[in-house]
Amino acid sequence: MNLTFKFVPFNELNGLTSEKKINRLLEFVKKDKIVLLQGRLKPSEEAWLIQKTMEQQAANKGFKGIELFTIPASRNEKIFSQMRAVVARVLLGSRDELTLIGPGTIIKEIKSNPDRSELLTTVRG
Amino acid sequence: MAVFNIFKDLFDKLSALFSAKKDVKLGLYGPPNAGKSTLANRICKDWLGEEMSSVSAVPHETREVVVKEKIEVKSKGKSLSFNLVDTPGIATKIDYEDFLKFKINKDDAKERAKEATKGVIEAIKWLDDMDAVVVVLDSTINPYSQVNITIIGNLAARDIPVMIAANKTDLKKSDIKAIEAAFPQYPVIGMSAEKGINMDEFYDQLFKVVKK
Ligand SMILES: Nc1nc2c(ncn2[C@@H]2O[C@H](COP(=O)(O)OP(=O)(O)OP(=O)(O)O)[C@@H](O)[C@H]2O)c(=O)[nH]1
Ligand SMILES: [Mg+2]
Repeated sequence: MNLTFKFVPFNELNGLTSEKKINRLLEFVKKDKIVLLQGRLKPSEEAWLIQKTMEQQAANKGFKGIELFTIPASRNEKIFSQMRAVVARVLLGSRDELTLIGPGTIIKEIKSNPDRSELLTTVRG
Repeated sequence: MAVFNIFKDLFDKLSALFSAKKDVKLGLYGPPNAGKSTLANRICKDWLGEEMSSVSAVPHETREVVVKEKIEVKSKGKSLSFNLVDTPGIATKIDYEDFLKFKINKDDAKERAKEATKGVIEAIKWLDDMDAVVVVLDSTINPYSQVNITIIGNLAARDIPVMIAANKTDLKKSDIKAIEAAFPQYPVIGMSAEKGINMDEFYDQLFKVVKK
């Protein structure tokens, strides 16, 4: 599988209804993109994203669900600041919150192929 | 005197009817395998002498919401009636291959995964209905998962009272502090639903959360 990143700036979703937002994000993930969403979803949208994911997973054999992670803006914990630093340097140059949404198979992919530089080249590419 | 007794009896019945305590709808929420059903059974055994849910080491054992009504719980001389709601574990992905290592055959594993996706949807739908929620977490696992954050964020957004049960404290790897650090705004009670450790503190905290 060829995982690539898709950066979704805040204003690309701004103004969309929650439903349209979720659908757009899921469309990217189903095309094996790791979505980097600037900002974060509302709790109700997160819950909805999980529900829609489950619906679509039941309907679509190839779709194994999602990985979802929010990198908070104001956390000092090392892991977060490191992750954010890497992502932000590559893409954003910003200190905003970030939401990562990827295919459910992503962790297996990274584990079986733990070459981060390769992931980063796909970011640039 | 007899007439008085009849009136008194009628009065008692009527007042019981009108002042009838509303049952507290208490949801048990959390990721798969945290021990929600074990806790549900523990509570039921403590107050009704029977169990309500199926427990398993295989994740997604609970795939439909299970409700047990009218559980009278007493703590420190007070009493509350609960409708206890055991929910399917919430996840963002369900891979049937994860079930194969539990010696479940491929077809059954696929069926289990499919049922589990429906269970997740049902659990989230029921969130709105809850009067209070115990978020059950396995205290041997890093609590910083998006599922935990999403569950607690949704409860907060709906103003539903929440406490966290840091379960499985009987295991060596248990780390209650990690859960307290991840969710500092919420009361965290370390406990073992399986071994029945710290249940008095659990009920005490539950009453505090519900009364708020
Ligand atoms: N050591 C230990 N194991 C526990 C404890 N509570 C539950 N378990 C075990 O954890 C596993 C999962 O327990 P369940 O109660 O089925 O978990 P659940 O949260 O209902 O899981 P789902 O229904 O899949 O969402 C089982 O093997 C239990 O025996 C505990 O306090 N200590
Ligand atoms: Mg269960």
